[in-house]
Amino acid sequence: MTVTPLGIPRRLLEFTLDGEPVRAPEGSTILDACRSAGKDVPTLCQGDTLTPKNACRVCVVEVEGARTLVPACSRKAEAGMEVRTDSERARHSRKVVLELLASSVDLSATPQVAEWIKEYEAKPDRFGPDAARVDEEPRVDNDLYVRDYDKCILCYKCVDACGDQWQNTFAISVSGRGFDARIAVEHDAPLTDSACVYCGNCIEVCPTGALSFKSEFDMRAAGTWDESAQTETTTVCAYCGVGCNLTLHVQDNEIVKVTSPHDNPVTHGNLCIKGRFGYQHVQNRG
Amino acid sequence: MDLRFGDSKPTDEERAAVDALLGPPESSWEGADRSDADLRWARGGRAARERRDLLLPGLHAVNDRVGWISEGALDYLCRRLTVPPAEAYGVATFYSMFSVKPRPATVLHVCTDLACAGAGAAELCTGAEARLGLGSGVSVERSPCLGLCERAPAALVVRAGAPTEPSLAPSAPTRPVDLGAAPPLPLHRPGRPRPQTPDGLKAATAVVAPATVDTVVLAATAPETAPAEPSAAAAVPQAGHEGLVLLSRVGVVDPASLDDYRAHGGYTALRRAFDLGPAGVIREVTDAGLVGRGGAAFPTGRKWQATASQPDHPHYLVCNADESEPGTFKDRVVMEGDPYALVEAMTIAGYAVGARKGYLYLRGEYPRALARLTHAIGQARARGLLGDDVLGQGYAFDIEVRRGAGAYICGEETALFNSIEGYRGEPRSKPPFPVEKGLFGKPTAENNVETLVNVLPILTRGAEAYAAIGTEKSTGPKLFCVSGSVERPGVYELPFGATLGELLTLAGVRKRLRAVLLGGAAGGFVRPDELDIPLTFEGTREAGTTLGSGVVMAFDDTVPLPRLLLRIAEFFRDESCGQCVPCRVGTVRQEEALHRIAERTGAAAAGDIALLREVGRAMRDASICGLGQTAWNAVESAIDRLGAYE
Ligand SMILES: Cc1cc2nc3c(=O)[nH]c(=O)nc-3n(C[C@H](O)[C@H](O)[C@H](O)COP(=O)(O)O)c2cc1C
Ligand code: SF4
Ligand code: SF4
Ligand code: SF4
Ligand code: FES
Ligand code: FES
Repeated sequence: MTVTPLGIPRRLLEFTLDGEPVRAPEGSTILDACRSAGKDVPTLCQGDTLTPKNACRVCVVEVEGARTLVPACSRKAEAGMEVRTDSERARHSRKVVLELLASSVDLSATPQVAEWIKEYEAKPDRFGPDAARVDEEPRVDNDLYVRDYDKCILCYKCVDACGDQWQNTFAISVSGRGFDARIAVEHDAPLTDSACVYCGNCIEVCPTGALSFKSEFDMRAAGTWDESAQTETTTVCAYCGVGCNLTLHVQDNEIVKVTSPHDNPVTHGNLCIKGRFGYQHVQNRG
Repeated sequence: MDLRFGDSKPTDEERAAVDALLGPPESSWEGADRSDADLRWARGGRAARERRDLLLPGLHAVNDRVGWISEGALDYLCRRLTVPPAEAYGVATFYSMFSVKPRPATVLHVCTDLACAGAGAAELCTGAEARLGLGSGVSVERSPCLGLCERAPAALVVRAGAPTEPSLAPSAPTRPVDLGAAPPLPLHRPGRPRPQTPDGLKAATAVVAPATVDTVVLAATAPETAPAEPSAAAAVPQAGHEGLVLLSRVGVVDPASLDDYRAHGGYTALRRAFDLGPAGVIREVTDAGLVGRGGAAFPTGRKWQATASQPDHPHYLVCNADESEPGTFKDRVVMEGDPYALVEAMTIAGYAVGARKGYLYLRGEYPRALARLTHAIGQARARGLLGDDVLGQGYAFDIEVRRGAGAYICGEETALFNSIEGYRGEPRSKPPFPVEKGLFGKPTAENNVETLVNVLPILTRGAEAYAAIGTEKSTGPKLFCVSGSVERPGVYELPFGATLGELLTLAGVRKRLRAVLLGGAAGGFVRPDELDIPLTFEGTREAGTTLGSGVVMAFDDTVPLPRLLLRIAEFFRDESCGQCVPCRVGTVRQEEALHRIAERTGAAAAGDIALLREVGRAMRDASICGLGQTAWNAVESAIDRLGAYE
């Protein structure tokens, strides 16, 4: 859910969406308008708490008069625009983009993507068995979280969450370029030698599970991760007076990970290392 | 921000290289020894971060001195500039001329791109590698087009080391900046050993073209003794001919002499500009019908008007001299042969759009253009033609040269802004457009070198006389870069409207022409029976192709087409910034498919060609920038127009 702060009411502008006239507050994106109109547009690099980098291009739509397709997640709606979300041209690009992604990285832990692959009849296998893949071993260099770049789609969400959009730690960025571009800390060092402060806000926003709790990573490896058997309880962090909300994910009476509600107007889903990872004391039953 | 630095320390040499650019550190916050006073104040905030744009010059400083960028050097640079090391690492690894791993002090870049491939680049590479093995102190790297296609095959030697002499160029007005020339000698700080360069080597560059194994090996082992390059005029077969407009001075004036430039009509256009006033200049440029020569063919007058009218200030002017499109070398020849023309043209453009500062973003592979422009800018500044009061007219304008570091994508206008600002050269999404939010988020007019140089004849001859050249919709003269299978490769100037055949005849096209690549790697192929295509924006568009940046590369039937297409695909895969999926992965899938069909034709290739079409269509439609959008053009045209795999 996106939090819309109350403010001065914004002017409405009118444009057409798939032939239907719609009205949207000034400043909304085409995606906002689509969602209010109940239209489903796939998104990967867009996140409800971040400014989208519009890098994944699965949300492209057709705008009358534009030479290329435009990303619905970041293009602002303009009065008089004619937008088609479901044209053959837009569907074709989405299909190919899904194929390109799924053939190069492991999307098995990405929610919803399997449905889109089906809906757009994407066939990632058609690039052949020799199609280049990211193919990297997971980096397990600390007890808190794991970086598995074989799952990374380079959506830049973690970079933005760690950088100027939330955490202001700037411990991660993109290195290299082209197909060899990778999320990396300085000097491509182990996390423990980097500027990372383990707030885990990057894990919170990662859409593919490329960044995940070590607890989740280990349980998946052991085959014991079972989301259907988990309960989620939202509570208030007990450490300090800020009062962040924590959502405890519990399986078999053990906290397996901690997330934070994105619609909390104070934290927007962000926590610090204590709230995110410091839960062991509540389940020490020595 | 949390700034955390590791334990790696810079060597004295690395520290000296950075200090030569930025001055000595003032406190322990910047990497000096800790003093008592440092315990009582903190450095930070906006002032500290405002020097971020010196990151790229700083990386150059270290790379020029040592040949690669170590952890200690990068951390020290970050400390001096208040840049998070992770971000600086991302920037350093973006550029192909930098290395974050140790490598020999000398790098030999051998061009393996289109023109050079046809002229024996592969043998040159293997030959040079065989002779310059381990222990030679030279690393041989295969390079995309070096912008020397008229003298293919080409190579560039870059040797790191101590700067050869104190900089003669006056420093920029506001603060020390990298003007590209040898930086001043490092200050010797008592208590530190005097910096030593391994083997006492001095920095040097050498351009070898046309190259043989013998000449590149010689140049790589002793770049300072390499024979001088032929003069820029050697690239202009028409040099000295009557009737040339843009190339009239190349080979005629002394590129080092401001007086000679003035004796050949220099600075009359600027005087006329001051008579007309900014609005008048924009009107002339608009009436002349000048259209951008950088590839996108956008009307220059409109761009200037839009920039000039922005309420937000300051405004910037950026000259795009990145010229990394394979097959393009016109801007280099103009900059090397007539550097003051560009300085004058930038001054006029800056005046028109209301900018007090112009950036000249020059590709890192052009040492001679860098030297000539740095010199010209210094001379112009010393003579009051740049600076606080240009020509005594109360207009303040200055030019800063920024050196690229090997990235074709930095020619894309918004990627270029990011590169100058010290970020990765990734294109920004548009809108907002540069005229509204460009360099440093401010209104910016960005123009190609050739576009800017056209402003001089527009002002000296008047819009009407200028517009009489060429055709109604494509006015003025145009530079073409002719290379490949021709007798006289080089830069040609013709009025718009000449046909492709006329141009090729001038250049001495050889028999058995198989194909012509128009507009560079992002352009398209045409057949030998299409030589009556008029060389205008509208004419090429009508013929279903593009003029692009003016590349005309001829291939006779000895050139294996599939290999050529593979090289083009490899170029785009290599140069993709990696930001968006259609381009990052699409260029890889395109190259893979071309590999599969390299030896196949007909039905055996049909499946992969269909696949290429589907991927190409999505790349064109859904990529963020022009690189991904055009990466499939040449291959598509080869399939459709040349029947490449039939
Ligand atoms: C991938 C890419 C590379 C480009 N490289 C150059 C270049 O090297 N030089 C240049 O002038 N324009 C280049 N352009 C075009 C610029 O983005 C821009 O359109 C141009 O500099 C505008 O100047 P003009 O209006 O004078 O042509 C490139 C565009 C793309 C998409
Ligand atoms: S690690 Fe996750 S959040 Fe970061 S870029 Fe990759 S997919 Fe996106
Ligand atoms: S998550 Fe951190 S900042 Fe938030 S309440 Fe808990 S301890 Fe305090
Ligand atoms: S099209 Fe290619 S070069 Fe352009 S932004 Fe996308 S990945 Fe980068
Ligand atoms: S969700 Fe719009 S481009 Fe990724
Ligand atoms: S210099 Fe080699 S192709 Fe241009």
